[in-house]
Amino acid sequence: MSDKALYRDVNENPCHMCMPMGGILPIKGVEGGMVVIHGSQGCSTYMRRYISEHFSEPIDVGSSSLNEKGTVYGGEKNLKQALDNIRKVYNPKLIGVLTTCLAETIGEDINRMADEYLVERQISDLTIVPVSTPGYGGTQAEGYFLTVREIVARLAQPTPKHNKVNVIVPNISPADIREIKRLLDLMGVEYTLCPDFSDTLDRPYLEHYSKMAPGGTKLEDIKAMPGALATIELGATIGDEYSPGQFLLDKYGVPLYTVPIPIGIKNCDTFFRAIKEITGKALPDSVRTERGRLLDAMVDSHKYNFAGRSVIFGEAELVYAVSQLCIENGVYPAVVATGGAGGKLAELLHPMVKECPEPVKVLPESDFSEIREKSSSAGVNIAIGHSEGRYLTEHENIPLVRIGFPVHDRVGGQRILSVGYTGTTLLLDRITNTLLESKYRTYREDMYNLYYKEDSGGLSATKDEVNSDGLHCMS
Amino acid sequence: MSQAQAIDGRQDFIITKGKQKAHLKCDADSIAGCVSQRACVYCGARVVLNPITDAIHLVHGPIGCSAYTWDIRGSLSSGEELFRNSFSTDLREQDVIFGGEKKLTAAIDQLAAKYHPKLIFVYSTCIVGVIGDDLEAVCRTAAKRHGIEVIPVQSSGFIGNKSAGYRAACDALFRLIEPENRELVGKDKSINYLGDFNLAGEAWIIRDYLRQMGVTVNVVLTGDATYADLKKATRASVNIIQCAGSMHYLAGRMEETYGIPYMQVSFLGLEDTSESLRRIAAVIGDSEVVARTEALIAREMSHTAPVIEGYRQKLAGKKAAVYVGGGFKAISLIKQFRELSIEVVMIGTQTGRQEEYDTINDLASDGTVILDDANPSELERFMTDQEADLLVGGVKERPLAYKLGKAFIDHNHDRKHPLSGYVGAINFAKEVYTTVCSPVWKYVRAGGEGHE
Ligand code: SF4
Repeated sequence: MSDKALYRDVNENPCHMCMPMGGILPIKGVEGGMVVIHGSQGCSTYMRRYISEHFSEPIDVGSSSLNEKGTVYGGEKNLKQALDNIRKVYNPKLIGVLTTCLAETIGEDINRMADEYLVERQISDLTIVPVSTPGYGGTQAEGYFLTVREIVARLAQPTPKHNKVNVIVPNISPADIREIKRLLDLMGVEYTLCPDFSDTLDRPYLEHYSKMAPGGTKLEDIKAMPGALATIELGATIGDEYSPGQFLLDKYGVPLYTVPIPIGIKNCDTFFRAIKEITGKALPDSVRTERGRLLDAMVDSHKYNFAGRSVIFGEAELVYAVSQLCIENGVYPAVVATGGAGGKLAELLHPMVKECPEPVKVLPESDFSEIREKSSSAGVNIAIGHSEGRYLTEHENIPLVRIGFPVHDRVGGQRILSVGYTGTTLLLDRITNTLLESKYRTYREDMYNLYYKEDSGGLSATKDEVNSDGLHCMS
Repeated sequence: MSQAQAIDGRQDFIITKGKQKAHLKCDADSIAGCVSQRACVYCGARVVLNPITDAIHLVHGPIGCSAYTWDIRGSLSSGEELFRNSFSTDLREQDVIFGGEKKLTAAIDQLAAKYHPKLIFVYSTCIVGVIGDDLEAVCRTAAKRHGIEVIPVQSSGFIGNKSAGYRAACDALFRLIEPENRELVGKDKSINYLGDFNLAGEAWIIRDYLRQMGVTVNVVLTGDATYADLKKATRASVNIIQCAGSMHYLAGRMEETYGIPYMQVSFLGLEDTSESLRRIAAVIGDSEVVARTEALIAREMSHTAPVIEGYRQKLAGKKAAVYVGGGFKAISLIKQFRELSIEVVMIGTQTGRQEEYDTINDLASDGTVILDDANPSELERFMTDQEADLLVGGVKERPLAYKLGKAFIDHNHDRKHPLSGYVGAINFAKEVYTTVCSPVWKYVRAGGEGHE
């Protein structure tokens, strides 16, 4: 299965981004949250651009704009000035301070600086959450979870038991977050979902623009997370050291249910089972109907899907859930890849890929050069992942179903819905239709080349075999 | 007017034409916490060099820097596609502690063996400057070992902003174009075209105009350039430069060292395009070239002018806000908007130079807000106060314009349509029309919430 050295000298076309990038999203998902990136100006500009393209939203992120002097003598003055200016313009309730490669390399102690700053300026109505996110320390996925963990750790207070459930979500789309909230509301479950960027990063058009987007998880609610019935964390692959749920368990004894993102019938069932265990609430009839429709869709498309041989790539958590969906539907993965170490991904996939009729390459610490090579040799005919996968389409003609982050070459990254029974049905349809589209696009030409052309050697067994995958079983 | 307060120290970077005498402050470090729209030194260097199609662009640094600049410009190639890959040494914690030279050496070796390039650029990023890897030495040794050119680009991120990156790129180019045979310097009748990155084929369009005029382009820096093209760069007798921000410095050094004179041109808008073509013809100084140029201009204008006029009638009286990377673009845009009877009411750049701001100030009408290194809050405020109908900007500015209900023109590296020359002028006018006159505004401006 995993058959590669984990340390390479050259990365060719990255499949992941850097740690502070991931940290920005959760900060944008808490009420009144604003970000300062402690490092050189460029880092924040890149990240703003990527996030902004994906969500089609203005993404204001401050930078301490470290220059040569700051690099030599320390960036404390810059950071404090940045905090001053951000407060002045945005008046935030919470500022997340994320470090970069540069700040970490010169050894900036942001915890001390943040504490001192609050004392010096005598501020009591602002929370500063310093997070150590060196770009070289991990991928955006690790930056994301670590930042959520630090936000929770900084705000959480011992709280008497209450009826809410903590729901920790990974980097899924605002539409996905809204869907999870809809389902929980339908079931009458009280919850604190964190981080919640479903409104802040997918704002409606309003008559008056405000610099701080309304919405986000309420700071009061995060404070009270230690009193919750339990935590459901959609983070099966993440290491304990990054896990907010683990923190709440260790420090406050809040029971932790770690479940995959509810994509695919099995993962959805797991999610609802966890809710039932915690709250005693069963699936309402309307959701049971949604489940039935998903099953119906799976049956309707099963033959088309069986012709799919997929490559799945992106952040480990999403890759894990999508792999489950693909295996359930016979779009067996040939390559499953993630840019970083991927936490527990490889270990979790191990029993799953054994179910697959063909070998599956699991590639942690991968890059697109490798993904391309392995996909091409395995005869992959559908790619599922973020926009950078267009590289596979361009070079190998593998069509891409866009999901995850970033989606920057199509509109609507923020509206892609894939979770829950209904979201899964939509995602499955996108996959099936992509397979159908490429089949029909080349069908006439393929048949002509195979069976009519003089020099085609048409009916030889090998050609027949190669093609049987996509074509024969479908008539 | 927004309720947010202005940031101390920003006042000097903003002036209103006609109201203040003072010079605008520019070319300074961004103020911390200002949410500057600027990119870093490395990014500046990368965008200039990236269009060199058959080079390996290797980022010596952590992964993010490489991920965010993969296939960074919509530069087109007529041949090799190697430049569209992003190679990185993907530095990790242990490299930061123990140094990354070994890893860099291994990376160069692997890439040389796999792709057989003639040229590798090795970009330095923030932390490489701090951990002290000796890029020069590693590149020198690797170049010898493989018999190819391995050129370090000193683009450590904290030594300035994008402009410093342009300079680092020019230094690398200057090294690259050093001729083996000095006797050939300046001997060709051809010209070099500097500062066009062949976005959506723009350099091809200009090359074709020049061909029709009887002028040969020796090499474009750097759009669709190859190693071999660049090696004969010093043979040209004149350099014309368009994007002055990025190439001024190189043109200056080429004049100093090789005696190749340069002239500034612009192919944005009808007026600038025609004028630039005429000036090139005059410099070539051949009466036949001059005649062919006039014929070309007449031919192009005869079908372009009426189209532009059509758009002008639909757009006259609108107000534009402009926030772009360099000063040259800003200057051209003021003129181009005039051709459409659109007035520029706010104009700023990320990295404009003092001379460019002086020109902007001369061109702008009274009351125009001119600002350097603007942040979203200022853009919001001035777009609103100045009642702009549209904004010209980059990717990050687009959603802000839209949220404010303003039309938007993409003037970034990613665009998929050419804006240069006569055809570019039509594309530009069409884009302005497309965004300003879209039916969606009717619904949006009637109000957001609660107006059903
Ligand atoms: S990898 Fe490091 S230097 Fe590069 S953008 Fe990310 S934080 Fe900045």
